[in-house]
Amino acid sequence: MSTPTKEAAEPASKIDMKESGGGGEIPSFDVTLQVRRYDPEFSDEARWDEWTVTMYGTDRVLDALHKVKWEIDGSLTFRRSCAHGVCGSDAMRINGRNRLACKVLLKDLDTSKPVLVEPIKGLPVEKDLIVDMEPFFQSYREIMPFMVNNSPAPTGERIQSPEERERFDDTTKCILCAACTSSCPVFWTDGQYFGPAAIVNAHRFIFDSRDDAGDMRLEILNDKEGVWRCRTTFNCTDACPRGIEVTKAIQEVKRAVLTRSM
Amino acid sequence: MQVHKYDVVIVGAGGAGMRAAIESGQRAHTAVLTKLYPTRSHTGAAQGGMCAALANVEEDNWEWHTFDTVKGGDYLVDQDAAEVMAKEAIDAVLDLEKMGLPFNRTPEGKIDQRRFGGHTRDHGKAAVRRACYAADRTGHMILQTLYQNCVKHNVEFYNEYYVLDLLTVDEEVTREDGTTYMQKKTAGVVSYDLANGEIHVFQAKSVVFATGGLGKIFKTTSNAHTLTADGMALAYRAGIPLEDMEFVQFHPTGLAGLGILLSEAARGEGAILRNSEGERFMERYAPTIKDLAPRDIVARSMANEVREGRGAGPNKDYVLLDLTHLEPAHIDAKLPDITEFARTYLGVEPYTEPVPVFPTCHYAMGGVPTNVNAEVLQDNDTVVPGLYAAGEVACVSVHGSNRLGTNSLLDINVFGKRAGLAAAEYAATAEFVDIPENPTAFTENQLNAMRASTGGERTSTLRTELQETMDANMQVFRSEETIKEALAVIADLRLRYKNVQIQDKGKRFNLDLLEAVELGFLLDMAEVMTVAALHRKESRGGHYREDFPERDDENFMLHSMMYLDPESSTDGTNGIRADTKPVVFTRYEPMERKY
Repeated sequence: MSTPTKEAAEPASKIDMKESGGGGEIPSFDVTLQVRRYDPEFSDEARWDEWTVTMYGTDRVLDALHKVKWEIDGSLTFRRSCAHGVCGSDAMRINGRNRLACKVLLKDLDTSKPVLVEPIKGLPVEKDLIVDMEPFFQSYREIMPFMVNNSPAPTGERIQSPEERERFDDTTKCILCAACTSSCPVFWTDGQYFGPAAIVNAHRFIFDSRDDAGDMRLEILNDKEGVWRCRTTFNCTDACPRGIEVTKAIQEVKRAVLTRSM
Repeated sequence: MQVHKYDVVIVGAGGAGMRAAIESGQRAHTAVLTKLYPTRSHTGAAQGGMCAALANVEEDNWEWHTFDTVKGGDYLVDQDAAEVMAKEAIDAVLDLEKMGLPFNRTPEGKIDQRRFGGHTRDHGKAAVRRACYAADRTGHMILQTLYQNCVKHNVEFYNEYYVLDLLTVDEEVTREDGTTYMQKKTAGVVSYDLANGEIHVFQAKSVVFATGGLGKIFKTTSNAHTLTADGMALAYRAGIPLEDMEFVQFHPTGLAGLGILLSEAARGEGAILRNSEGERFMERYAPTIKDLAPRDIVARSMANEVREGRGAGPNKDYVLLDLTHLEPAHIDAKLPDITEFARTYLGVEPYTEPVPVFPTCHYAMGGVPTNVNAEVLQDNDTVVPGLYAAGEVACVSVHGSNRLGTNSLLDINVFGKRAGLAAAEYAATAEFVDIPENPTAFTENQLNAMRASTGGERTSTLRTELQETMDANMQVFRSEETIKEALAVIADLRLRYKNVQIQDKGKRFNLDLLEAVELGFLLDMAEVMTVAALHRKESRGGHYREDFPERDDENFMLHSMMYLDPESSTDGTNGIRADTKPVVFTRYEPMERKY
């Protein structure tokens, strides 16, 4: 038996080191952050606050937000956890685009101008950069985001070929950060729309050879608030921090609605 | 104050908590309290795989897996527990597959398997393909799959509810011989709703702690900002001992300067470590399995290369992970995420350039002591009825003094399931224990004092000082001198912590306040860890004492047990009582640990 990709030969015990990797040192620099603030406990009005902080070569927007919170204004509020782009807590609008704050390196932004940071759009703002995620997760739950398999379970694993597994690989990468859904103009104007993330997660099961509930999900998404609301603006694909081809996945679901018997 | 009543309350919604919830939720009235949205938990950051002796690609069996786990833990593993884990690993993987987890597949369509550090064929003869995986995002797939199944089974979540106190009552119990002891019983937990600052009491017959680890005690760590030792600290403050807290795993391949994890799967797929001279130095330290030696050995070897002047980079303070001899297509297929991390965060192209790496604090082997049914122990063998722990917060002990790669994803699935089953089974017949009087007094007093404080100390300043002293003094090399240095700093920080002042005075989403609370957990656990490290005058697994470089089975083949005890003092630190617990041996006699 063999694995699908071939293995490399044993590497050399010693090699000549020309340049050791490591991208060189980047000197520290100043960054001005403009952050949209809102705390209904103290005021109904949102406002912009601005701070200038000194940051370093490998620092990200999240590091700058932390620097403000930890050293200047402890009331600045945002969600974060893993800080390297896998937990999905810190989606926000950075210079008008949905990004994870922990994945945007400050040195990659134009720091001659202030960096604008706002909460993601289309979900109710709770405080500063924190939005109410419940509507987002509600849509997710409605598309049956779990495997349904009605045949008797085998003793071992269910068999799935590498090709069948590959078919839905892209959409398994979703971390439910809401960057895609909250970048969608349709979602901004119609909060009832399922939104890209829910469709991505439906896709993940519809195209899984082990799943039996694809038709039910297609029926759910054939709804007036379903896939047909998508206007293929590709904002979602641009926003996805995991590089999922979101618009393509939505198109595949649309096609499946049309081709599968319902 | 609002009061809720559940048969089972699970604290934490990472892999262990959700695996428990899937079992408990189908059998008992269950709530999951989690300080994060469930899919934010750090299980999702695990990359490489989950070992189980499926023997899908080569000969393997669970007994070899048990042996590797015991040897990997430098014989401080409770062998009965390791046997349970290795045996149940197979069903744990198959359970996940049936729940929908998209494992990578062999050409025949079975779950594919790959090599991982310390996992060997026939008791150390050669590396074996045992890790079941989904590219280099196995933890992500496990977390998503478990959450999906919680949705399927309508598990009730309280999202962004911090648990700030464990409620127990003590009852005097008379033994058969007429002597008495104080028996702890579980009454519930006190929780804080982040959204509005309200305090809730959850009365429960069973409480399952699945709160994860303590990585934020250190500066350089692969752990999330939110891994602040909460569960360990709450149990400890409630009078539960903590086991083997001196043992912390430093993962060899953190991105240099950042600590972000690059999976051991990179080495499992053929990547190797080199020093500034281009030498594959692991050939010197572990001649048989080289770069796939267990993590403690590789991490120490790397730190030693740097110490002896063979570090790479402008400051000669890291070594290099070399993937350049691997096919780009192979890297893309098996290691897409971690190569992306190297590109994003260090600007290094792994196809053509070696990646700067250095050990990063990764995992706590120690924690809340439990038996194999995930029941928490109040001493060496007395179960606390209704209290369970699973995952990194717990110490079963399946990892001993050093955890093997992939065994944490396994641990959360095997013991998470056991905890959920046991908690529901206990709740089916047990009575509720009355909530003690003024159950929220401790929590409210603590929070009110912090809100009112004008002491002028900043949470972030104290936390940074703690993390820096721990990195400098308690990392892969330790000695009496460095440990005492850390203890002195911790003692000072604990005094200054009383003067922590917060700036956010609001009720809504007050993370300023919660970070101050979390710092209290970190300080308590740093002190316990450091006292335990001072107490263990030997080197074993992840704990290496330069002043005692050998393993000392005669005196230290024992688990350490640290108790909060105002009457006691250990090695000059007041308020901690040190005790020990025997290691469980079944089939393996301790041998010298060579790879």
